[in-house]
Amino acid sequence: MYISRSAALAALPLAVALASTDPHPAAGHGFAGDRFFPATLLTDDPFVADELSLPTFTRAPTAADGSQTLDLDFDISKRLTPEIGITLSQGWQHLKSPGAPAVTGLTGFSTELDWQFFKDAQHEATAVVGLHTSWAHTGRTNALGADDFTTLSPLVNFGKGFGDLPDTLPWLRPIAVTGSLSLDVPTKTQSNGDTHPNNFNYGFAFEYSLEYLQHHVKDIGLGAPFDRLIPLVEMSYSTALNRGLGGQTIGTIQPGIIWAGQFMQIGAEAIIPINRASGHGLGAMLQLHFYLDDIFPNSIGRPIFSR
Amino acid sequence: MIPRPALALLALLAVGVPAAARAHAFLDHAVPPVGGTVAAAPKEVRLYFSEAVETLFSGAELTGAGGQAVATAPATVAAGDKTQLVLPLPPLRPGTYRVRWHVVSVDTHRTEGDFTFEIRP
Repeated sequence: MYISRSAALAALPLAVALASTDPHPAAGHGFAGDRFFPATLLTDDPFVADELSLPTFTRAPTAADGSQTLDLDFDISKRLTPEIGITLSQGWQHLKSPGAPAVTGLTGFSTELDWQFFKDAQHEATAVVGLHTSWAHTGRTNALGADDFTTLSPLVNFGKGFGDLPDTLPWLRPIAVTGSLSLDVPTKTQSNGDTHPNNFNYGFAFEYSLEYLQHHVKDIGLGAPFDRLIPLVEMSYSTALNRGLGGQTIGTIQPGIIWAGQFMQIGAEAIIPINRASGHGLGAMLQLHFYLDDIFPNSIGRPIFSR
Repeated sequence: MIPRPALALLALLAVGVPAAARAHAFLDHAVPPVGGTVAAAPKEVRLYFSEAVETLFSGAELTGAGGQAVATAPATVAAGDKTQLVLPLPPLRPGTYRVRWHVVSVDTHRTEGDFTFEIRP
């Protein structure tokens, strides 16, 4: 391919930028080959990224004890290298318990260190291992029940798009599944009269990407904003394993939709508890999520360290 | 209700989004259309992206039935509109063809994809 001298000179700054950072140009948020994985609201993502959730608003279903909560959560994810990232999270809650005045405050600070150890572009697959840590005494322990103990949760997250299905199954190719598995290891087995078991947490998101359908499978005439919609169903469960609570499972199923634009995404989901212990009635979740790698591509949107 | 630091961050983002105005280049549409059928062999495949792309780091290839490569001239960014990538085509027989593209947007973000189109006899 012939490239003129002027064209080569014009592209020099870009070439330098590419060469000095990553041998693969900036992948940014959740891409694996043709597949774009949005940041899901409930379950953990199978990729590292420079992203910001501000805020995630949650109106939980009424709890089993009759209390009602409103949560505002803030998460920022930053790539340290192209494959290693860290997430910092902080929550704020308004709690109204029956017969008691409403209380508000911080619910706790958590961190997560992730390594995206696997990505297969051809098969639209990606996976992450990491460690999530909920830190003790970083929220209102007595008023809101924030933890007075630290919990370590090793985890594995994965994602798989089905764009590699045969062309004879075009309507199935926009499907993607992500999953998250983790084990809670509390540093105290008992505190404040409560028992803290080890919990096995497992969650999945089933996505049908209209973006993938429109732009990779068949142009069905979807225009903006519908060509950026991703209907999905998320589900997340937590099962206690020991300390007299073994077998108890709580969780939610959350159907919803994500609109993923160039710089941000908006997600909304209904919250359906799976059993009485998980609450009753419906809740809702709404999230505003920014792609820092697209908003600030030459500064805070890049990995701190690159090869 | 939202803490002040969070509001400050939101304000920073509100300023940052229009100032940056560059991002991953998503395929908006193509001619021939993604997964579409045409009655006559097209002379080119024209890909329309959501962002401007760089010629040096962007390209497209064509394969026919069975996956064999079809020789084409190199794909180039359209003169006057860097959001369009054009792949010139040789005379093509009726059949199904696959276009595989990869682009780097002007802020170095890479995206890729593929789709088929059919030329009907």
